[in-house]
Order: sequence, then C-alpha cells, then structure tokens
Amino acid sequence: MIYNIPFIAVVALVLIGLYTVVFKRNLIKIVIGITLIESGVNLFLITLAYRQDSTAPIWHGITASSDNVPFMSLPVPHALTLTSIVIGVAVLALMLSLVIHIYRHYGTLNVNKLGGDEE
Amino acid sequence: MNGGMSKIVKTISSITFPLALIYGLYIIAHGHLTPGGGFQGGAVVASGCAMILVAYGSIWTMGKVKEKQLSILESLGAIAFIGLAFLGLIFGFVFFKNFLIGEGLIFDNPALGLSDIYTAGFIPLMNFAVGLKVIAGLFAIVLVMAYATTKKEAKTK
Amino acid sequence: MSKRAIAGAIFFSIVAVFLVFSALMTHSFGNPDETEMDQYIIDNSQEEVGADNSVTGVVFDYRGFDTLGEATVLFTAVAGVILIFRRLKK
Repeated sequence: MIYNIPFIAVVALVLIGLYTVVFKRNLIKIVIGITLIESGVNLFLITLAYRQDSTAPIWHGITASSDNVPFMSLPVPHALTLTSIVIGVAVLALMLSLVIHIYRHYGTLNVNKLGGDEE
Repeated sequence: MNGGMSKIVKTISSITFPLALIYGLYIIAHGHLTPGGGFQGGAVVASGCAMILVAYGSIWTMGKVKEKQLSILESLGAIAFIGLAFLGLIFGFVFFKNFLIGEGLIFDNPALGLSDIYTAGFIPLMNFAVGLKVIAGLFAIVLVMAYATTKKEAKTK
Repeated sequence: MSKRAIAGAIFFSIVAVFLVFSALMTHSFGNPDETEMDQYIIDNSQEEVGADNSVTGVVFDYRGFDTLGEATVLFTAVAGVILIFRRLKK
C-alpha cells in the first residue's frame, strides 16, 4: 500500500479544492478551488502512464528495429494531459473575466449578497 | 497597471524579451525531436510578452498593438492548421494524413534517431501554426483584461 | 448551523469516503495493465510518422482530432473574453 502515494496526493488535491468550492464565500477563492481540482486531475493522468524502471518515450541514437530497445512509458496519457492543461487555462480565463464583470456590476464579491435586485 | 514602471525596469525587460522569444521559438521548432512542441513553446513566448505588458503599462501597449491585429494573427494560425488537414484529404484520400512523408518534397528524411531536423512530414508546419495561435490568443487575453481595468482618469487622452 | 452548511458537509463527506476508498484499491503505482495500442505506437511510430518524439506523433498524427478540438476550445475562450470587455462606441 505504500506504493500508492501519488494516488493519495491526487485525492488530497481534489479534496482540498472541493472543500474550498463548497464552504468558502469569496468568489476568487472559489475560482482558486476549481483550479486546484483541475491540477489534481492532471496529476492523475500523468501517474497512469508510468511503468516500473522506464524512461521517456523519445528515440535518441537508436532505431526501433535494433536490439536492446529501452523500456519506455506509455505515450498516450502524456498526450491527453497536454490537452487537459490547455483547456484548464481557457476555462480559468473565462471565469476570471466573468468575476471582473460581476464586481463592476454589484460592487461586492460575497456570494450570499449577489442576485437580489430583481424582486 | 496603467502607468509603466521605472526606467531601469523598462530597459532590462526590453533586453530580456528577445532572449525569451528565441528560447520559445527553439522549443516550437524542435517539437518533433525533443520534448516540447507548439503549445509549450507558445506559452513561453506569451509569458515573455506579458513581461513587456507589465513593464511598459497597458495604455502604451494597447496603443502599439491593437487587439484586432492579434485576432487576425490567431485566425491565420487556425486556418493554416485546418488547411493542412484538408490537404491531407486531397492528396492522400484520408483526413489528417501525413502526406509529405514519402513524396520527396520537403521534410522527408527517414527517422533514424539521429535528431535530424529534416524529418517528420508535416509535423513542423503544424507546430508553427499551433504556436502562432497560442501566442496570439494568450497575449490577447492578458492585454484585454489589463486594459479594461485601468482607472478612469488615466484613460482620457 | 444553517441548512446549507449541513447539506454541504454531508455531500463533502460522502465524496471524501468514496475517493479515499477508491485510491487504495487501484493498481499499484508502476504496474498498469498491458495494452496493445501503446505497444504498437512505441514499435511503429518511427517508420509511420517519421518523428523521434513519440508523444508528438500521438498528438498530431494518431490522435489529431483531439488537437483540433483543443484549438477550437482555445479560440472560443479568446472570443468570449474579448466579447465580455467590448465597449460600444457612442
């Protein structure tokens, strides 16, 4: 069980981010919590790609058809992590611009005091 | 962030900006040999551009580089990316086919693990298209968000 | 405590128990199940794509549709940010 430490780190990141989203009242803190959950998911995708005593999947000096080919890690989860990081950046940019717009309209960043003017 | 910083900061950042530019373009251009590629190199160059924005102030930077030119650059990158995919449909009858790999036109040495830059078909061209898109997109996001939050009495010119 | 705090605490504790229980039951770190797709990509990526970097071969050749979708998401994010901060000239 001691060899599952990266998975425990992933669970810790996701739980801290989820606590911030559910229990805090400032809008900027909620945005930071969503980014923490995103980082936890990226770390989980990377830890799925490791094989014991393997190197990076890059050919350097030898071809694929020679003997003593090195033991490589899986290349597909690396590609999925690249896409996920870029999508996280795009979502963060849109969330922050919406927070700026809300602050200019209501004058406060407290979640409990928004959205009461239409009565 | 409306005014710039002091003269020492402006001088040093305009000396360091070409270094960041060359480092990012090296990562983009060697994407098929070393770890890296279009997205990573584009992020490095965009952070160098953000350093210029912080040092010189957002009003001066918006006067030099309008966001309309940046959005035209980003659209050019996207059109180049999709155009290469459609050329694979015309020349190889399969969408996204690597049609430059056996033709003898450009970038067609066989890959033997020797870090030869003349290999890998149309992947260097796609790296440049995606890198241009990421640079223009990230710089446009940071510039628009910095210009829209300046104080009111500094924007009347 | 208010009703919203109690509901939040129940939801958070259920998700926490589920996540911790599933983190201890996955495969051990470093021994994933063997797939034929990754072994095929490692063996044949140098002849078919012609690049020394297998990850770039996966991103731009074997799985190019994901890169197309990602470029669309980036374009949509930039369009949304510029749209929010537009000033209508009077």
